[in-house]
Amino acid sequence: MELTAEMRGQVFDYLLRHADDRLVLGHRLSEWCGHAPMLEEDLALANIALDLIGQATLLYKLAAQTEDSGRTEDDLAFLRDPSEFRNLQLVEQPNGDFAFTIARQFFFDAYDVPFLENLSRSAHPELAGIGAKALKEAQYHLRHTQQWMLRLGDGTDESHRRLQDAVDDLWCFSQELLVPDSLNHALVAAGIAVDLEALRSLWRATVEQTLREATLEIPSDAQYMASGSRGGYHTEHLGYLLAEMQVLQRTHPGATW
Amino acid sequence: MTTPAPTIAAKQPTPDFSGNSPEGEAQRQVRFEERIQAGERIEPKDWMPERYRKQLTRMISQHAHSEVVGMYPEGNWITRAPTLRRKLGLLAKVQDECGHGLYLYCAAETLGVDRNELTDELLSGKAKYSSIFNYPTLSWADIGVIGWLVDGAAIVNQTPLAKCSYGPYARAMVRICKEESFHLKQGFEIVTTLAQGTPEQKKMVQESLNRWWWPVLMMFGPADAESSNSEVLMRWRVKLHSNDSLRQRFANSTVAQVKVVGLTLPDPDLRYNKATGNWDFGPIDWDEFWRVVKGQGPCNRERLRASRKKHEQGRWVREAAHAYAAKHPVN
Amino acid sequence: MDSNTTPETEAPMPLWEIFSQAKTGKPHEHVGSLHAPDATMALQNARDAYARRGSASLWVVPAEAIIASTPEDSPMFFDSAADKVYRHPQFYTIPRSVRL
Repeated sequence: MELTAEMRGQVFDYLLRHADDRLVLGHRLSEWCGHAPMLEEDLALANIALDLIGQATLLYKLAAQTEDSGRTEDDLAFLRDPSEFRNLQLVEQPNGDFAFTIARQFFFDAYDVPFLENLSRSAHPELAGIGAKALKEAQYHLRHTQQWMLRLGDGTDESHRRLQDAVDDLWCFSQELLVPDSLNHALVAAGIAVDLEALRSLWRATVEQTLREATLEIPSDAQYMASGSRGGYHTEHLGYLLAEMQVLQRTHPGATW
Repeated sequence: MTTPAPTIAAKQPTPDFSGNSPEGEAQRQVRFEERIQAGERIEPKDWMPERYRKQLTRMISQHAHSEVVGMYPEGNWITRAPTLRRKLGLLAKVQDECGHGLYLYCAAETLGVDRNELTDELLSGKAKYSSIFNYPTLSWADIGVIGWLVDGAAIVNQTPLAKCSYGPYARAMVRICKEESFHLKQGFEIVTTLAQGTPEQKKMVQESLNRWWWPVLMMFGPADAESSNSEVLMRWRVKLHSNDSLRQRFANSTVAQVKVVGLTLPDPDLRYNKATGNWDFGPIDWDEFWRVVKGQGPCNRERLRASRKKHEQGRWVREAAHAYAAKHPVN
Repeated sequence: MDSNTTPETEAPMPLWEIFSQAKTGKPHEHVGSLHAPDATMALQNARDAYARRGSASLWVVPAEAIIASTPEDSPMFFDSAADKVYRHPQFYTIPRSVRL
């Protein structure tokens, strides 16, 4: 696809956002490996993590190609500082207990399915291709997390309490998912990016229906809502996450692994 | 046309494994041994001596525990994997090990034990698992060395098991062996990359090899002379080769690979024996072997603590799943 | 947790037997079993445990729903089939020139 220099820069930023989301979220899920409530769930969470990191890899590769300045996908993932990362604050939150992880994942999956559906129609052919492939994975993830939302919400008193706490604590990160900024507007106009405004009611419907079926209260929107992550404003957690993730590359500059 | 053997273990409320019938215990034993010698597979509902059932339950569950406990040392480096490709590869490998544990617990269950009982045995410290996982992974190079040597040793041990006499175990092993081959390749690729890398990387991988070589040789178990169950297990085609013969087979193929990679083994006594065609290695520290097997290795307590924590922290989730299923019977 | 106490044995999670169809047109084959609280989760878990490297279709069956022949019954059930040669195509001769 022929892009002007300006648009090339915008597409690059856009790709980083979505690559960073998936890498950070996949990384968080990978922390569960060996610690999940049962073996079958270790497998399931690892599967979601692998899908997300795989999607991130494709997006970083495309970003590196777009930037065309010699940086590789690994340079983008392992050599940028926290303030250069463009992921949502939602995905960098630590895992907490299983309820917290499921709620975080569910909020993301409920957005990801319509997001990827739309992305698969992007005017940018490679981006559309990634969207189409990732959509099938996201549908599977959403089914998994939705099932757990029901089982934990409508399970025991303890699981209900834990999940309600998780939903309450994570609600403030939900708005960012679907609030567009000027970059988003510009790329939507070019037919490349997904119109987040159009997704908002879909996300709300999915989430509210599931919360109700899980016998959970829907938190109020009248509270602090996180913002700024697409511009590099993060929570305290991202620094620790990246320090761990990037340690080998930072300690051995230029080495091949 | 041969008599088809049932391949599925239907869980019956009160299984009759006593073998009581007009034929008599002794005749059943003879018939059982004949079937094994003829290369027939024993399936879950077949009559089997109590000792066979017990030995297999022990063997299969130990194997399952090893896969699951093995997730800790290897999983230790997932969050620090140095490239996207390595991150994906290691996570996929550890996921496979988890899956292997699952297949093996299910195979053990066909012998009449419940997975929760096996879990309890592991968490109480009663059950054994492969001693190699009681060592720590201290550098990224350990991940390469483990994939290359630990999975390599496991393949040497496991490939014959795909032909063992117990059907469910043999079938699980076929599935496992198919998945293991990428593990070995991945490990060797990591080792080669490091050995050809910066001076620090080369030092890292040599240091790692120096730590893992002897524990890996110990993975094949005690010397044949000290191995108490071997004889009957071999007669019952549950164990197909002796510990020492497998250890030697492994050493022979690995020494060549070490040379190709440009590393050295921490064994000043290593010599090629022209007469036997074997690489003769130095004395194994059997004191260390028995100490680690008996719970006194560097990570035994830690692995147990991690396993218990996993189980305890997951309890409320499993209870919730049960509660939901009870509330919503038709799903 | 005191290392000398054995944790209470939990209620068992239901056992499911898993059948996978490698490709459309092939029969479903038994591939193993797993534990899951209900059918929906069993199907989800089956895909992650047994179909990571591909499958066309999965069946999950509660283990207790499977009624199996016993080894004791095998002679009565199956041995006489070996004598019923009229069930096999080789029993019948057809002129070479005819194609069926």
